[in-house]
Amino acid sequence: MEFKDYYATLGVDRAATQDEIKRAYRKLARKYHPDVSKEPDAESRFKALAEAHEALIDVERRAAYDDIALRHASGKSFEPPPGWDSGFEYSGRGPGGMPGQHAYGDADDSGDFSDFFESLFGRGGPQGTRRRGASAGPVPGGDHHAKVAIDLLDAYKGAQRQIVLRMPVVDATGQARLQDRKLEVHIPKGVREGQHLRLAGQGAPGAGGAPAGDLYLEVQFLPHPVFRVDGSDISFDLPVAPWEAALGATVTVPTPDGSVQLSVPPGSSQGRKLRLKGKGLPGKLPGDLYAVLTIALPLASSAPEKAAFSAFALAFADYNPRSVLEA
Amino acid sequence: MADIYVLTTETVVLEDHVSFTLTSLCQACCVDQEQVLALVDEGLLQPTGQRPQDWRFSGDALPQARRALRLARDLDLGLPGVALVMDLLAEIERLRSQLRAR
Repeated sequence: MEFKDYYATLGVDRAATQDEIKRAYRKLARKYHPDVSKEPDAESRFKALAEAHEALIDVERRAAYDDIALRHASGKSFEPPPGWDSGFEYSGRGPGGMPGQHAYGDADDSGDFSDFFESLFGRGGPQGTRRRGASAGPVPGGDHHAKVAIDLLDAYKGAQRQIVLRMPVVDATGQARLQDRKLEVHIPKGVREGQHLRLAGQGAPGAGGAPAGDLYLEVQFLPHPVFRVDGSDISFDLPVAPWEAALGATVTVPTPDGSVQLSVPPGSSQGRKLRLKGKGLPGKLPGDLYAVLTIALPLASSAPEKAAFSAFALAFADYNPRSVLEA
Repeated sequence: MADIYVLTTETVVLEDHVSFTLTSLCQACCVDQEQVLALVDEGLLQPTGQRPQDWRFSGDALPQARRALRLARDLDLGLPGVALVMDLLAEIERLRSQLRAR
């Protein structure tokens, strides 16, 4: 297990006051909160921040952590000494609440805080902990939330896909553990990025004969080498030769549904968008497909090719491509 | 422990085919009624129907509510602050989309 330097995560000194820790956390939390941030690693950064904050903002936990930290350098392998935490009230608290309800937001499937945190403080540290089902009688299972990354083409045509989720489950001893669950999921045709799939009854099991909760999967698209998606519209770059752009041409272009013939109008310029209406993501209001023209320039190596460019130059003797630079 | 293999047949798109009552939305968000009522009071959720027991929330109320609750909890914001953040985020998204369309 890797020792975690919570002070470094928050960028504060070991001697920082509780207020300084809170301020550092707040500032970084605003920057990396996955609902706000566009940073690519926002989610993992925020998780690390939340864990560091959770460990240090409680003075008891902080004292215990400092005690351990004295004997371990960050990054080195770490095992908690046996019985080290016997004097702390929070130890052995066990799982907090129902699985899947106390993890951070959409990351429920990947568990909560690190093993390092849990080895020190037990599970159930995170603040969203809610206890349910303490009373007797049937209690419906909680809903689970996770993200799923799918191919654009699966959303375009609909598909049956197998996904693997790491789910917290409660074992016979009442301890929550992560377990892999393979799910066969039907991807509905036309699903948009950011939409959610509901799989009824695939959340946490209910207690006392009550029904299980539901599983919600937030849809993300894997990057596609050709197509970009914006809502229900899809676009791609379409390279054309200078003469095709100037004189017009009929070219074969890819769509998620197979190739089609597209006519490039004469006098087209770089960046022009050609719309194929209704060829975006299907649905009640189907999206459009846009071909964005880029002018590709062939390399002139042979004598006839060079001659062709010379003729070009001669014909456009008055053309100044740098006129935009002149004041 | 062996992996669990589950075959599911029914998948529905939340935003297109699901609506919630107050009770079912609370369960899906894993929160108490008061918290959802507070979101409605702040205008962050807009159910149809007169009385709370008749309310119907559209499917996108779930991600909306979860997002609002996360922001409130993680950044220690009051709900008016959350509402402002969400309005500004929607505005940024609108502007980004306009930029992409250019």
